[in-house]
Amino acid sequence: MRVLIIEDDSETATFLVKALKESGHTAEWAADGITGLELAREGAFDVLLVDRMLPELDGLSVIQTLRKEGNQTPVLVLSALGEVDDRVRGLKAGGDDYLTKPYAYAELLARVEALSRRTIPGEQATRIVVGDLVLDRLSHAVTRAGEQIALQPREYRLLEYLMKHAGQVVTRTMLLENVWDYHFDPQTNVIDVHVSRLRAKIDKAFDKPLIHTVRGAGYVVRDSE
Amino acid sequence: MTASDTASPRATLRTTIFGLSAVGVAAYLVVTAAMFAAVVWQLNRGFAADVLETLSAEVRTLTAIAETEDAEALRRTVQRLSRGANTRLYFLAAADGSKLAGNLVNLPPKLAPGGAGGIFPYSFAAGPDSGQRYAAGLAVQLSEGGRLIVARDVEDQRQLIWWLRVLALAGFGIIVLGGLGLGWLASRSVLSRVDTMSEATRRIMAGELAGRLPIEGSGDEFDRLSESVNAMLARIEDLMHGLKEVSDNIAHDLKTPVNRLRHRAEATLRTAKTPGELSAGLGQTIEAADEIIKTFNALLLIARLEAGAIEETKATVALAPVLADAAELYEPVAEEAGLKLIAEDLADVSIKANRHLIGQAVINLIDNAIKYGRQSDGLEANERPGMQASGTSPKIEIALRQVNGRAVITVADNGPGISAKDRARATERFVRLDKSRSLPGTGLGLSLVAAVARLHGGELRLEDNAPGLRAVLTLPV
Repeated sequence: MRVLIIEDDSETATFLVKALKESGHTAEWAADGITGLELAREGAFDVLLVDRMLPELDGLSVIQTLRKEGNQTPVLVLSALGEVDDRVRGLKAGGDDYLTKPYAYAELLARVEALSRRTIPGEQATRIVVGDLVLDRLSHAVTRAGEQIALQPREYRLLEYLMKHAGQVVTRTMLLENVWDYHFDPQTNVIDVHVSRLRAKIDKAFDKPLIHTVRGAGYVVRDSE
Repeated sequence: MTASDTASPRATLRTTIFGLSAVGVAAYLVVTAAMFAAVVWQLNRGFAADVLETLSAEVRTLTAIAETEDAEALRRTVQRLSRGANTRLYFLAAADGSKLAGNLVNLPPKLAPGGAGGIFPYSFAAGPDSGQRYAAGLAVQLSEGGRLIVARDVEDQRQLIWWLRVLALAGFGIIVLGGLGLGWLASRSVLSRVDTMSEATRRIMAGELAGRLPIEGSGDEFDRLSESVNAMLARIEDLMHGLKEVSDNIAHDLKTPVNRLRHRAEATLRTAKTPGELSAGLGQTIEAADEIIKTFNALLLIARLEAGAIEETKATVALAPVLADAAELYEPVAEEAGLKLIAEDLADVSIKANRHLIGQAVINLIDNAIKYGRQSDGLEANERPGMQASGTSPKIEIALRQVNGRAVITVADNGPGISAKDRARATERFVRLDKSRSLPGTGLGLSLVAAVARLHGGELRLEDNAPGLRAVLTLPV
């Protein structure tokens, strides 16, 4: 995956370029809005990481310009401004996701990988299959090895989100935002308890667990160890 | 501007009040001068018409005498008329111009043959006041060649109009001097009030934040202005205090976790030998950093809320779903802690609010209730002796009611509760009651709720639930 980082702080950018390369992606860096816009226009990127406060041209203007020109590359907005209305402004400008500084790299990586998936048309599939676990998005039925599993509505949405991003790490914050629509970090491990309840229903009766914990990052649903 | 030149005459002349009084005086002068001119003109016209009519009548009578009788009769009549009154003036001249009768000393040049008549000066021969006076006269050519002049003394009218002019000018002078003088005094007084206010403002700007504008107690516009400005200053002072408190607290309370982070990093560096130990140590360091970030974010959010700028993000929010969602999110955590989370008594109430902030506030209350509802003595809630004795199971009840036009959200637990003394302190920033020191958290949860409540014009109260703690969040509908 090719990632363009538009960020004026060279230390952050250098760290991100290096870390993304270690995670198996390629990354380029633009230090100001104009350069970033020009690079993004070439269109060869899967995800753009855009800082809001940039020299020459601010991040939101870069995104707005790209969207006006019909460029649909997924954008993750990075910002030190983290209030709800800042987030709304970032998304309105055409950003696909919003991450507040300071962030954990694991969080950023998980979001970048989730965003790159958006361009894959499988997003709208009516059936999601991971190993012997099948989720039918029309009837909301979940079966594992042919066995019907009864889920609460929220558990269903949690599983749906995890399965939609099968093979990708999904962080607790991503779950909180996308499944519960809360945009802050509660102080308790609320998400862990929900996931462990879901696990009890999905994995407990079976030999091979599908929901895995990724230390320091979050969860991933996948068919292999 | 220095204090010395504010009270200077130039400053006084530049005030709005002085400018307004000058313009007022000028406008008044123009209007009254025009009116006065009209009055004088009208008076003159009236006098002239009167005199002309009287003179014409007399001329007609006298020429009639000359025609019906003879010149001698006219001469006698004129002589007789000339004798008594001194405001009626006559001059009868023969054809050669010599005087036949009359009390005018000589023929006024204006009324000499060829002249039609008009105002002329004359000298009164007899009497002590033989000065020059003015008269209005008519002249007629008699048929046998003589000339008759009939005139009236108009000195009194002239005097009257002269006096009117003098009085008017004096009046104008008084108005100009008085108006400008009053304007001057008024602007001096205004300027001195403004100077006092500027002086106070300068002192406040210089750092004396507790300073206020003086209020004289007269309730005038300056007092009203000062009151508003003082209210603003009080708010600014509050905010400054808040800010100072925040920075003090950041300095004070972030030191602990930053120190912890440093210790962990140092300990890892010193003791870790294997890659596994190293990565475990680094993981702990990152966790400590995350904790600092959380505290920092919470602090910034509270500070921002206390600055109060969310008006544009408010919308109509149905509260029951917000509470139900929060309860649904926390139900498993509560259950793990041995607490039953009940959210059944939810009335249908909508308010103008920022949904995210209200959601966060409610979640903080539930989080708090779970934390304090279960712990205090190291026993899980259901192991506590009091619980079993009273027969109540440990629970958290969330309720929403509408009372007197206000939405009332209560989150109540029946745990150990907190003492009345501690309840008052619990909503202050960073106050972590001693019992909770061992629990995770920033100590900012309840102060965030209180800030959200204030921002929506509501309040947070902590009450005794006997047993337990009841948090009551009241918000205006």
